[in-house]
Amino acid sequence: MISALSNPTKGPAFAASRNSCKLCAPLGACLAFRGFEGAVPFLHGSQGCATYIRRYTISHFKEPLDIASSSFGEAAAVFGGRENLRVGLENVVRQYAPQMIGLATTCLAETIGEDVPMLVRQVMGEMRGRVCPVVHVATPSFSGTHAEGFRAAVRATVDVLAQPGPRHAAVNLMPGIISPADLRYLKEIVADFGLESILLPDYSETLDGQAWDEYQRMPPGGTPLDAVRRSGAAQASIELGAWGDPERSAAGLLSARFGVQHIPLPAPIGVTHSDRFFAALERLSGRRTPQKHRDERGRLIDSYVDAHKYVFGKKAVVYGEPDLVLGLVGLLVEVGMAPAVCATGTRGVGLRQQIVAMAPELDSACILEGVDFVEIEQQARAAHCDLIVGSSKGYGMARRLGVPLVRVGFPIHDRIDGPRLLHIGYRGAQQLFDRMANALIEQSQDNSPIGYSYM
Amino acid sequence: MIDILAARQSQIHQKGDHPFDMVCEQPSLAGAVSQRACVFCGSRVVLYPIADALHLIHGPIGCAAYTWDIRGALSSGRELHRMSFSTDLSEREVIFGGEKKLYQALSELIDHYKPQAAFVYSTCIVGVIGDDVDAVCRRVSAERGIPVLPVHSEGFKGTKKDGYRAACDALATLVGTGPTAGIAPQSINILGEFNLAGETWMIRGYYERMGIQVVSTMTGDGRVDDIRRAHGARLNVVQCSGSMIHLARHMEQRYGIPFVRVSYFGIEDTSRALYDVAEFFGDAQLTDRARQLVSEEVSGILPRLREYRQALQGRRAAVYTGGAFKAFSLVRSLRTLGMTTVVAGSQTGNQEDYRLLRELCDEGTILVDDTNPLELSRFLQEQKVDLLIGGVKERPIAYKLGIAFCDHNHERKEALAGFQGMLNFAREVHSSVKSPVWRLARGTAYRRNPGDGERSSDDLLSASPAKEPVSR
Repeated sequence: MISALSNPTKGPAFAASRNSCKLCAPLGACLAFRGFEGAVPFLHGSQGCATYIRRYTISHFKEPLDIASSSFGEAAAVFGGRENLRVGLENVVRQYAPQMIGLATTCLAETIGEDVPMLVRQVMGEMRGRVCPVVHVATPSFSGTHAEGFRAAVRATVDVLAQPGPRHAAVNLMPGIISPADLRYLKEIVADFGLESILLPDYSETLDGQAWDEYQRMPPGGTPLDAVRRSGAAQASIELGAWGDPERSAAGLLSARFGVQHIPLPAPIGVTHSDRFFAALERLSGRRTPQKHRDERGRLIDSYVDAHKYVFGKKAVVYGEPDLVLGLVGLLVEVGMAPAVCATGTRGVGLRQQIVAMAPELDSACILEGVDFVEIEQQARAAHCDLIVGSSKGYGMARRLGVPLVRVGFPIHDRIDGPRLLHIGYRGAQQLFDRMANALIEQSQDNSPIGYSYM
Repeated sequence: MIDILAARQSQIHQKGDHPFDMVCEQPSLAGAVSQRACVFCGSRVVLYPIADALHLIHGPIGCAAYTWDIRGALSSGRELHRMSFSTDLSEREVIFGGEKKLYQALSELIDHYKPQAAFVYSTCIVGVIGDDVDAVCRRVSAERGIPVLPVHSEGFKGTKKDGYRAACDALATLVGTGPTAGIAPQSINILGEFNLAGETWMIRGYYERMGIQVVSTMTGDGRVDDIRRAHGARLNVVQCSGSMIHLARHMEQRYGIPFVRVSYFGIEDTSRALYDVAEFFGDAQLTDRARQLVSEEVSGILPRLREYRQALQGRRAAVYTGGAFKAFSLVRSLRTLGMTTVVAGSQTGNQEDYRLLRELCDEGTILVDDTNPLELSRFLQEQKVDLLIGGVKERPIAYKLGIAFCDHNHERKEALAGFQGMLNFAREVHSSVKSPVWRLARGTAYRRNPGDGERSSDDLLSASPAKEPVSR
């Protein structure tokens, strides 16, 4: 949290959140569980949580996302949700024949103090013969955001499934919340180094799929559970967008329990951050970065040069999950833009410390944790920003400020290409940079009384 | 093929020889992946469009985040309803109680935004940690001098319908607190119309053209002061009977204001609504004006509608709505377009609704209550459906199966009510059913109307889009 002192433009503090810049933890958990093959996300709580999260997520991915619920009624809230959980798990097993159930608890179940691990043991014990692993994660929305729910669900899955074994060459990749296109590209990169990757998780197909002949109980794709089991014996875990306590990450767990080397890296957004990721892969594979990627890097830098004057000194507002913000700041800084406002709805990230460590000149920037969109907008207005980079939830602010919004991350509810946007690596940086530079050029073109068609 | 869960079978009925017997109005079956939301959702849906009120959601962040500015409910003035306010409860407040934070949040927001009233929605955990929300509301109301209304919408305390009721209870405390001077004898309140894409304005315009005064619109483009004087109107005209019938009944009992149930979807239902209201006032001139209005409006859209009908004739539709009342209108509207409804269902219909729906539909139609993605996908395939009408959560189910889709839910940005809305509806349906993309998507098609995109993988390259009977 940032004190009022270091933020002279800060308005009066409000106890309420006004247009939240975070989502609830169970959403992140559902997203993560969707990235494991044959897994059905299941929320222990009221029916509404599952439905709201489905709608919110479907509006971004434009893919079916079935989330089961124990559909608490009043009796369950008073006497406990055991019976609802039993019926719910049974029905999911019967209807979906899942390989795994990802069970996240909502704030209701957490508040009434359900002993969910015990309940699950009992219920699954009674179900004889048809059981599948149930991965439970506690995700009360009063103590964490969707970014934390996502991490916790990945960690819980690894916690239940990962096994020790003879060390093999595969690399675990904890990518954080990135787009399906990013995930596909990530797999391509690692494969180009001749390495096997175990993505934790991988929703690149499940949340960006194709037309079907028959309705699929569960969409094809996702990291196979066997691969998750093998993650305990992988040669290393690369955690992208690492932040906070390593104890709370899957990579931290694998390191502590099985001695899997933990390589925490910033989200590979922009050249500088991507270089670190590629360097890690060079180290792990013993190979040079393949020419294809060197070429992409070269073209990217060439385009930086071509467009540097359009972006230099432009003040940007960046918001989103902590890892996304840190990654984007890296890109903005390396092309000469000024991240004037850097904001996340999550708290306890050490965002300022991390940003300043990366770019000491940003010490005077407005860096905010645990904020909402009303405050971000106030800061953006005060900073006279030129560009906004974040999810579609910043559209209202962009419109009022008369500044272009370059849509990144999640959610993107007002465009059709959210799942196909690239953010990471040289290719993602190319797309981001092109879009940012074009947005700025377009803005000055549109605002010009002359209307040049030659820039 | 997907099996139907045993516990779900009594909520499904196929019109045929067997007698009608359908279970409904039940809590959703755990693990069945219901398309329903919760009590909070019901309340939020009803009250959301009141644009000069503060809507504060008391609880952790999720409920507020997922309902921030997602609906197409327009306002002609202030737009406070498009803000998402939450007490964003943290662990500490869950342990020690959230009343203090609620009081502070509420007071600050009222001082800053100066709303005409405030609604405070209780979410799940508020019902568990035992905050005395009513007391906080009373205190803030006394201190700030505006109505501060608790909405008892804890998610688990029933279904969406109970949320409608909680919202109506809150509205009922507002109604009757304003002056009724200047209200004409031929006056109405419009209930259950939410001004999606400006629909309330359209409907209001019809009544005003007939010479009827509209005292309040609830809650589309709603204003607190209008609602406070709503008891001065002579008639409540209630659409979407599920959501606001409770308030209409309350006002009938309390103020002796009768109500009529109407729908504004489709030519038939919109016309009937206007005629029913004219008839209520027993004024021949009103009826004449209604007749004239209907004839003007219908003749304005009929030529285009005929073209759409020609293009859509014989297509098969599935309808899955929140309330069943809208399903009736949709079945009729689809008939106007030459289409047959072969699957019809709702989240919250009651026995009577489904009985009526059964009467309205053809033999073989599947009726379903509180369905889920797997069931729905089975029905869509079994019944060889060409078009699904539903909401955001149903859309990908249709698209994945190569079936056209029309969004008829609260998030839509297209006006589908009234006469113009019928034309928009036809255009929406047409633009999806007749899209050439299905020819590509359906390399995988399980079936299609003869000659419409049915082809083997051999002629992948020879396919070309069909000639469109209607140009846009």
